[in-house]
Amino acid sequence: MTNTILMGAVAYDPKVVTIWEGFVAWFAERGLDFDFVLYSNYEQQVRSHLAGHVHVAWNSPLAWLQTERVAQRLGRRAEAIAMRDTDMDLTSVIVVRADGPIQTLEDLAGRTVAVGAADSPQATLIPLEHLAAAGLTPGERFTVRTFDVLVGKHGDHIGGERDAARALAGGEVDAACMIDGNHLLFAKEGTLPPGSTRVLAQTSPYDHCNFTVLDDAPAPLVARFRELLLSMRYDDPVVRPLLDLEGLKEWRPGRTAGYAPLQAALERFGTIDAFVDEVVARQG
Amino acid sequence: MDVDLGELGFDRGGHLLVKRALHGVPVGRRVVVRGDDPHLPIHLRAWCRAQGHRFHLGPPPTVERGDAHEGRWRGAERAGHVDPARPDAVAEHPPARWGLAARGATVEAGSPPMHFGLDRRVEVWADEAAALYAQAVAAQWDPSTAIDWSAAVDLPPEIEDAVVQVMTYLIENETAALLVPARALGRIHPHFREVMQLLAIQVADEARHIEVFTRRATLRREHLGLSTAGGQASLKTLLDEPDFALASLLLSVLGEGSFLSLLWFLHEHAPDPVTRDVARLAAQDEARHVAFGLAHLRRHVQVDPSLRGRLAAAVHQRHQALAHTAGLNEEVFDSLVLIAAGGWEPRDILRGWQAVQALEHDMDQGRRKRLVRLGFDEAQAEALSELHTRNFM
Repeated sequence: MTNTILMGAVAYDPKVVTIWEGFVAWFAERGLDFDFVLYSNYEQQVRSHLAGHVHVAWNSPLAWLQTERVAQRLGRRAEAIAMRDTDMDLTSVIVVRADGPIQTLEDLAGRTVAVGAADSPQATLIPLEHLAAAGLTPGERFTVRTFDVLVGKHGDHIGGERDAARALAGGEVDAACMIDGNHLLFAKEGTLPPGSTRVLAQTSPYDHCNFTVLDDAPAPLVARFRELLLSMRYDDPVVRPLLDLEGLKEWRPGRTAGYAPLQAALERFGTIDAFVDEVVARQG
Repeated sequence: MDVDLGELGFDRGGHLLVKRALHGVPVGRRVVVRGDDPHLPIHLRAWCRAQGHRFHLGPPPTVERGDAHEGRWRGAERAGHVDPARPDAVAEHPPARWGLAARGATVEAGSPPMHFGLDRRVEVWADEAAALYAQAVAAQWDPSTAIDWSAAVDLPPEIEDAVVQVMTYLIENETAALLVPARALGRIHPHFREVMQLLAIQVADEARHIEVFTRRATLRREHLGLSTAGGQASLKTLLDEPDFALASLLLSVLGEGSFLSLLWFLHEHAPDPVTRDVARLAAQDEARHVAFGLAHLRRHVQVDPSLRGRLAAAVHQRHQALAHTAGLNEEVFDSLVLIAAGGWEPRDILRGWQAVQALEHDMDQGRRKRLVRLGFDEAQAEALSELHTRNFM
């Protein structure tokens, strides 16, 4: 079906179905035949994307870098065509108890730091890279305690972060890592009551998800998809609930400048090396 | 433009001050945010990202107003006006998308549609609704204090039994009178607020009546009286009528109208002060129910004269459905005679019997008068009144 643009997305929550069914209808009204395929994990989505099963992949930052690296190895090209306004310039924070003895990063030596799922850029990889770059090597100078909720979803599900925060509040760990927005959310919901924690460190800004296409994607369809995405307005009452569910006010053109912090983490920890080798071997 | 949060953090409501400051600047302009909370720059960045504003770290941190919030209220519509007396305050056909929003509120576009079956003004509205509701609220009485339950009730046993039988009958009928508006209540579009409120309090009125009739019945007896198949069949036809206008005619105009006469009869012939007070208080409430039924049907018939035909057909149909039933159960009839008689001498019974005849005549007159007010001519009113259920309600 050459007139249909097929997107892959990971089903990290049942609302994913509602969101994309909604967009299918919206695109159809504007003459674009859009359909979606759901995967239970990003690794499978990346494999399928590279095998040509879908034209565009709604990728986590980790999945983006996996795809980019595999593409490079295979002499192909990956492009980030669009992302949400909320995917830009996030920071993560490393949080400690306000009444505790930890005042500097160095004070974490010999202590335990809670992180989210092992494959979460925002709750694990980027903050651990931040610590490592400051001379605190994870696993050597301090203990890492992982809260592996829904591995394969790359931290899309907030569960791991919340568990890490609870462990901090409960005194089981000395520090916890989370997105800036979740520190505020946890304060409001009472997981980390206001005034009970202190932000020890904040990472530099980084970017999050993007729509990835490969060089063999049908160019006119991709262009039309991107054009329509960027034309969505928050004041349109039909599309607003979908934007609210997906967590954005508007789509933006894709950029890759914001992946440097995650890239540094992957290089240091070798997180995706085995996966990339596997995919390259299969595809090559 | 500057805003200073002092010690207040975003985890304790600081965003309200920033929102307020942003409200005062046009889209694209900036507000400098100052404050002593150490997490302020971190939380402000995250908040801006979620709200669609641009964040500039500075220092000092600055927020550039985005247009998402404005966007949300574009396309919002005002759902009529709070004051029903204003022209165009009450819509003829409020849309499902106004949902539960108060009449007069500004409703955000994209609100979930909620379907209410009774969503046309012509079907439910009466200009008197607001006043009747206000009267109803003011007239709510407390069953435990409005009636002197300690007053002497020492009737000859057969007359006490008669009172208990009548009370049993009243409870059953008031239960129907509670359920019918209760079902309509769930179907009325909340835009017709005054009607919704009025029916809600009507349901409360009936609940109160059931309470006091039960209490009177059990003052001297442990058990209640009889409930007949014929009586229940008659009431079932009310519960089964799905059309609001038809149900209003059958229940409120014809049924409760007849009931009103019955309650005043009980008040007049009450053998004890408790029965007398209970009947009076219930009658006062029922008068309001009849008034609303009449008011909205009158308006409806004026707008749609063909409704009269459907109302007449409903009366005929109900009559046919009940043709095989016995009508007012003989125990209730005899009890009314005995209550009016007050004694067992033949001349007492005669007086009682004549009083019940007069009651039935009164009921018929009342029904005819109301049918005429609905635009039926005298002959039609007489014919329809005659077809009214023998169960009274």
